[in-house]
Amino acid sequence: MVIETSTPDLAAVRHEPTTVKDTPGYRAFRVVNVVALLVVCAVTLYPFVNLVAKAFSSEGFIAAGEVNLLPRGFNLETFAVVMGDAMFWINYKNTVVYTVLGTLISMALTTPYAYALSRRHLKGRTFFIGIAVFTMFFSGGLIPNYILVADVLNMRNTLWAIVLPGAISVFNLLVMKSFFENFPTELEEAAAIDGLTTYGIFGRIVLPLSKAVLATMTLFYAVSLWNSWFSAFLYLDQKELFPVTVYLRNLIAAASNPAAGLSGADTVQIGANIQSVTMLLTVLPIICFYPFIQRYFVSGVMLGSVKG
Amino acid sequence: MALGAGTVATVPPIDDAPAAPPPRETPPRSRRHRVTWRQALRKDWRLYSFVVLPVLFFLIFKYVPMIGNVIAFRRFRPGGSPLGDEWVGFYYFDMFMHNQQFWQVFWNTVVLGLLTLAICFPLPIVLALMLNELRSRRFKKIVQTISYLPHFMSIVIVAGLVLQLTAVSGTVNQIMQAFGGDAVSFMQQPDWFRTIYVSSEVWQTVGWGTILYLAALTTVDDQLYEAARIDGANRWQQTWHITLPGIRPTMMVLLILNIGSFMAVGFEKVLLLQNPLIYSTADVISTYLYRVGIQSAQFSYGAAIGLFEALIGLVLVLSANSVSRRLVGASLW
Repeated sequence: MVIETSTPDLAAVRHEPTTVKDTPGYRAFRVVNVVALLVVCAVTLYPFVNLVAKAFSSEGFIAAGEVNLLPRGFNLETFAVVMGDAMFWINYKNTVVYTVLGTLISMALTTPYAYALSRRHLKGRTFFIGIAVFTMFFSGGLIPNYILVADVLNMRNTLWAIVLPGAISVFNLLVMKSFFENFPTELEEAAAIDGLTTYGIFGRIVLPLSKAVLATMTLFYAVSLWNSWFSAFLYLDQKELFPVTVYLRNLIAAASNPAAGLSGADTVQIGANIQSVTMLLTVLPIICFYPFIQRYFVSGVMLGSVKG
Repeated sequence: MALGAGTVATVPPIDDAPAAPPPRETPPRSRRHRVTWRQALRKDWRLYSFVVLPVLFFLIFKYVPMIGNVIAFRRFRPGGSPLGDEWVGFYYFDMFMHNQQFWQVFWNTVVLGLLTLAICFPLPIVLALMLNELRSRRFKKIVQTISYLPHFMSIVIVAGLVLQLTAVSGTVNQIMQAFGGDAVSFMQQPDWFRTIYVSSEVWQTVGWGTILYLAALTTVDDQLYEAARIDGANRWQQTWHITLPGIRPTMMVLLILNIGSFMAVGFEKVLLLQNPLIYSTADVISTYLYRVGIQSAQFSYGAAIGLFEALIGLVLVLSANSVSRRLVGASLW
């Protein structure tokens, strides 16, 4: 048995009584509505289609502005070039390491805290919730954080600077807390009568029954770590430590900084093909997993909105 | 955090009706209040062991930096004390208050924040209402899946896509040329930055923003629509008088949250998109702070600006919250 995160079905459609006839005006609206939504889909997808097209095109056609939906001058060499760059793979591996380690640390801190906060009898509970929630609305700011992490804790050029400062997301914490609050208390009471301690209840009863919410939170943390770049950009200055997002950022910055040289006009096109290939390789894991992880995210967001 | 009553209905217990068990006995309130810390610790020490590391985390990584803000009032020397060396009062605040460049980035932030709020806040509501009118479950699901996708992209990818699409040979220019216009080097003209930034925000956030509204829409009572139909309300009137009031608490809470993050306008995205040629519109407080504070290592000056920005954010969210509580009864806490 796993306690599911019960959330409404967002794809549900309203069923109109068949006795009610649509007015001609409403029928026209429905057609316009469907067309408009198709346009929304097309606009949302276009940048990705264009990215794929550019990744498989040759530079000449891209620079001439002739690559839109389909590749022109089919070209696979750039894939060989990018994938042949050792630094790309080192950085890709770093992303994987930071994501896995960061997610583990985040979950190890968030889950027990959320569980403790969900126990209503806990003395000091309001205080423990308060110190977390306050940080959502007021934060120390960039400079004091930088001094703390880089100078005081001396974490510059270590992976700790990436995985520790943001380890607990208050949003995720509150989502989990409200999930644990709705946990059937009878199970825990029965377990306590059977002689299980808090550790036993948490480890043998609560966690095994909370797989759905644990999976959701793991994905929340993992995707945000996979996508993050700024803390790496801020605290790391050795190339071998960069995650792939910083690799990509540097590639784009080098190509598109008009101050860096030339008259400017054509700078973005330099390496548009190589940029596209790198971007495509970076988003590929997300796109592949997306159809499977999407529903967890949706349920997680809604769970967070339940009064808690 | 509560997202307002009626955002998501909690499922009521089903088997309660026939033989409702007597209410479980709860200890009288007065007794619970008399539990001392010593008793609580002895009884719940295992539970308290769960909070030790997280509380340390919050203290070190969230509250120590708040204290670290004292360097805004003290002279900080690299290599010196991390809390600064001597008191200088409001010296650094004076410095940015009298700096022309600061006021430029301040107004850039306000304009960009207002534009983002005015456009990115209502659009998810419109999209959710449009989705709500669909009769095909399959189609609805496809549109939802596609529109959520940009939310999962790294900001670096989004910035890369924006730069490619707005390049001289990019798609936007090709469309402009197809209609007889001239190619524009968008990212070198300050006039275009706000349009580009807001469009990319719309692209990235609107689909995902519908989720909470769609959830709120499922809780609107069908009987209300039925009654309205009997009274002869047309579809538009039903939307205006039933659907919109039904999702108002959700709208208010999201509005408050949006207002709270208003001054922080997409720091990472602006940083990735901007270049010195377009600083006159594309430089915002947070990016300016990054440049003078981190890159030029003026820590005290940067901390003063950061503190100013954080206080504005706090004041904005508190006032939005109290206005909303008074006007519509929806609030964050």
